[in-house]
Amino acid sequence: MKLGVLVNEGPFTHQASDSAYHFVKAALDKGHEVSRVFFYYDGVNNGNKLSAPQSDDRNLVKLWGKMAEEHDLDLVVCVAAALRRGVSDENLAPGFRISGLGQLIEAAMESERLVVFGD
Amino acid sequence: MAEAETLDDFDETDEDVKRFMFVNRKAPYGTIYALEVLEMVLITGAFDQDVSVAFLDDGVFQIKKGQDTKAVNMKNFSPTYRALEGYDIEKLYVERESMEARGLAPEDFVVPVKVVSAAELADLMAEQDVIISG
Amino acid sequence: MLHLVNKSPFERIALHSCLGHVREGDSILLYEDGIYAARKGSATTDRVAAATGKFKLYVLGPDLAARGIPSDQVIDGITVVDYGGFVDLVAEVGPVQSWL
Repeated sequence: MKLGVLVNEGPFTHQASDSAYHFVKAALDKGHEVSRVFFYYDGVNNGNKLSAPQSDDRNLVKLWGKMAEEHDLDLVVCVAAALRRGVSDENLAPGFRISGLGQLIEAAMESERLVVFGD
Repeated sequence: MAEAETLDDFDETDEDVKRFMFVNRKAPYGTIYALEVLEMVLITGAFDQDVSVAFLDDGVFQIKKGQDTKAVNMKNFSPTYRALEGYDIEKLYVERESMEARGLAPEDFVVPVKVVSAAELADLMAEQDVIISG
Repeated sequence: MLHLVNKSPFERIALHSCLGHVREGDSILLYEDGIYAARKGSATTDRVAAATGKFKLYVLGPDLAARGIPSDQVIDGITVVDYGGFVDLVAEVGPVQSWL
């Protein structure tokens, strides 16, 4: 089944990005297609390569990027939400791209389900 | 019966048109969710989708009349709800139980809304293809 | 329809609101801080236990474990699932409403 995912929170304050990551991983393991993971609100901070968590903690920015590389997963950071929060091409993490909100609506239109993770 | 109606309605619509419902449960200004949901609603309108916007719980405060944000130096985005009609987004629902619990009435809102019960809103939700909450 | 609740019933009204809009035959998955509603012996237990008769309730095992709640403390009638089970619910039950 084709699934779309929306992540509304960043990688630190809330568990939303962790939950979304584990969900997407399980979906891919089960052979589902994840059409796109769209990052909105503070979720755009998942694509900030300047974030530097402590070395004994999970690094979701890198985990998402690695998953994108391994599974050809489309990780899209909302441009309007990203500009507000200082995420741009200059500090965009590998595996992510910046695009418009239309990419979320398109993902929702072409997926059979959209799952929202947030606060 | 509700299912049969849904199927009939679906047959009449273009196959590229999906039913989107935006569920607003949060008050404005204290957090950014209400404003950024509105941005999603406007974009969805541009894709010619079947869009509904639901206001329940504290979300009903988003469309309260008389918002004046000058002293908090934030953008008053409540007039934008009136612009939704221009994007053919006319299905605005307010949940009666949430509205009444907060001492509000239909005339307190900046836009005309359809007031529905929690049970009716649940039925509307179940008819959607995509439900987005902020 | 699948309802997702990720907030503790002691902090937010998400579960309360969800239970006010869930229809017979719908499924509810409790995850993140939502899992506290799945525990026996709390002030919300009776309400949640009553809901298991009408709706299908699930709780995410990894979030239970992270918060120190063994599965024998989970209310009878709530099924413990892993992330794979979460995916199955989305695929089989959808559409999905997140009670954020």
